[in-house]
Amino acid sequence: MEAPTWKNPVIRWIDDRLPLFTMMQHDLVDYPTPKNLNYWWNFGSLAGIVLVIMIATGVFLAMQYTPHVDHAFESVERIMRDVNYGWLMRYLHMNGASMFFIVVFIHMFRGLYYGSYKSPREVLWILGVFILLAMMATAFMGYVLPWGQMSFWGATVITNLFSAIPFVGESIVTWLWGGFSVDNATLNRFFALHYLLPFIIFALVFLHLVALHTSKSNNPLGIDVKSPQDTIPFTPYYTVKDMFGLGVFMIVYLGFVFFSPNFFGEPDNYIKANPMVTPAHIVPEWYFLPFYAILRAITFDIGIPFTGIVILDAKLLGVIAMFGSIIVLLFLPWLDRSPVRSARFRPVYKQFFWIFLIDCLILGYVGANPPEGYFVILGQLATAYYFAHFLIIMPLLGWLERPRALPSSISAAVTPAGVGIPARGAAE
Amino acid sequence: MVEMVSTSPPPRDEGETRRDFLLIATSAVAAVGAGLAAWPFIDSMNPAADTLALASTGVDLGPIQVGQRVTVVWRGKPVFIDHRPEKDIAAAEKVDLAQLVDPEPDSARAQKPEWLVVVGVCTHLGCIPLGQKTGEARGPFGGWFCPCHGSAYDTSGRIRQGPAPKNLVVPPYEFTADTIIKIG
Repeated sequence: MEAPTWKNPVIRWIDDRLPLFTMMQHDLVDYPTPKNLNYWWNFGSLAGIVLVIMIATGVFLAMQYTPHVDHAFESVERIMRDVNYGWLMRYLHMNGASMFFIVVFIHMFRGLYYGSYKSPREVLWILGVFILLAMMATAFMGYVLPWGQMSFWGATVITNLFSAIPFVGESIVTWLWGGFSVDNATLNRFFALHYLLPFIIFALVFLHLVALHTSKSNNPLGIDVKSPQDTIPFTPYYTVKDMFGLGVFMIVYLGFVFFSPNFFGEPDNYIKANPMVTPAHIVPEWYFLPFYAILRAITFDIGIPFTGIVILDAKLLGVIAMFGSIIVLLFLPWLDRSPVRSARFRPVYKQFFWIFLIDCLILGYVGANPPEGYFVILGQLATAYYFAHFLIIMPLLGWLERPRALPSSISAAVTPAGVGIPARGAAE
Repeated sequence: MVEMVSTSPPPRDEGETRRDFLLIATSAVAAVGAGLAAWPFIDSMNPAADTLALASTGVDLGPIQVGQRVTVVWRGKPVFIDHRPEKDIAAAEKVDLAQLVDPEPDSARAQKPEWLVVVGVCTHLGCIPLGQKTGEARGPFGGWFCPCHGSAYDTSGRIRQGPAPKNLVVPPYEFTADTIIKIG
C-alpha cells in the first residue's frame, strides 16, 4: 500500500519527517479488515478504551490519594465525600476494573473459540497472555490501595503465596513487604507499581496491535483472506461498529457506576485495615475467583510413596497450579494440533469449548465459597479438567477430530459459487 | 488487467449533503459529550469541600498590643495584622496619593485606622516581606521590606519603592465583634 499524499502542507511537512499520519491512515483507516467480523470482535477495542478510561481516572485519583497507612483509607473517603466528582472518579475506576476483566475474558474466549491463537498469530496471543498477567498484578495492587480490611488481608494472603517457594520463600516475602508484615512500605511500593504497570500494559497493547496488523485479523470462519474482496477498510465500517458497541458497553458500565457502584465490591473493604483482626470470610475480587479456586484445590502433598518424604507440599503445588493455569495459555498455539482455526468447522472442539467455559464458571463459583464440604471435591475436579482441556483434550482433538469442509473464501461463504462480486474477478 | 471492485465509499459529489450533515451532526454531539465527560476530571482538581470549609479564619485582636504585629494563616498564606500606633496612622494618611505607584487612600485600606490587615505576600513574585518581627528590616517607609527584590511598603502596606506593581492585598474581612475579625 503506497503512502497517501497529504494536501495540508503542515501535515505533509510533519509526515515526511515522522510518518505519524501515514501510520494512522494505514492502521486506523485503510487497515483491510475481514468483512465478516461479528460482534465478538468488538471486545478488543473495548478493552483498549477501558484501559484509557482506567489510566485517565487513575491519574486524577492519584492527585487526591495518600499512600500512607495512616491516611490512605481517609484519603479515599475524602475523595468520596469532599473532592468534586471524586465519587465519580473512584466508582468509574472501581467498576472499570471489573469491566476490564469482563471485556478481556470475553476477548480471550473469542480467541479460543475462533482459534485466533494459531499460526501466524502465536506472538499476538502470547502478548495477550502477558497483558492479562500485567492486568492481574495491577488489579491486585490497586485493590490494596484503599487500605480496607479486604485490601490488607488480600495483600497478606497473596504475598504469602511466595513463602511456598522452597528455602528462599520467607526471605522473598520479607523483601516483597519491605518489613515483617504488610505495612506502610508495602503500601508505598504497591502504589508506585500500580501507577507504573498500566503504562507497561499500554506498551504491551501497542505491541499487541503491531502484531495484529502484521498477521492481520482472524475472522469467524478462521480462514485466510484470499483477495481484497474479502476485506473492507477499517474506517468507516469497523470504527462505526466499534462505536456502536462502545455505546452498548457504556450503558452497562455506567449502569453499574450510577445505580449499583458497589455491586462488585466487598462491604468489608469499607472497614479500615486492622492487622489484628482477619475478616471471617476472605474472597478476592470476582475476576480472580477461578484462579483462587485452583490455588485452593491442591490439598495434598507429592512425595516418594511409602517413605513419607515430601517433595512438593500442597502449598507450593497450589501456587504452581495457579500460575500454571495462566502459563499453560502461552503454550496453547502448540498444544492445539488442529490445522483448522474456527470452532465452526470443528464439531467436537466446539463442544469441548463450551464444557471448558462451564468449567471456568464452576471454578469461579467454587472460588467464591468456603473450601469445605463438596466444594473441595468440585474444585479439584474442575481444576483437573482445566488442565486436561489444554494438556490432553486439545492435542488429542488435533488427531482424532474430523473437521468440516472449509469454504474456499470469506466471500464464497456468503455468495453461492459463480454469483456476486468474486465472479467478476474470476470471469477475467 | 483486472479491474478491481472498489470497496471504499464512492467519491463525494453534490448528492452527498445528507451524509455530510449526519457526519457533522454526529461529530458535534460527540464533541459536546467529550466536553461534558471532561468536566468532572477538570473540576476534581478544584478546591475540595474540606479545603473550602477552611477558607475563612477568625482572629481575636484583643491580646495584640499597640505597635505589635501578628501573622495569621488564611488559605495557606500569611496575613499581617498590624496594631498601628498613632504616628504610623498619621504617616499613612498624610501621603500624597499622586506620588504612589498604586494610589489608594489609607482609609480605603483599613476598616478601623488602628488595625491594618493585609495579605503578607509581596505582589512582585510572591515572597514574604520582612517587618513582622521586632528587629527585622522594615524598609525606608516603615512598613515592610521584601528581601527578594527590594520592594518597600509603607505603614499602609502600599508599594513605595522597588519592582512590585501593587499594594499588599487587603483580604476580605469583617469585624464580627469589637476586637474579633473573620477573614475570608
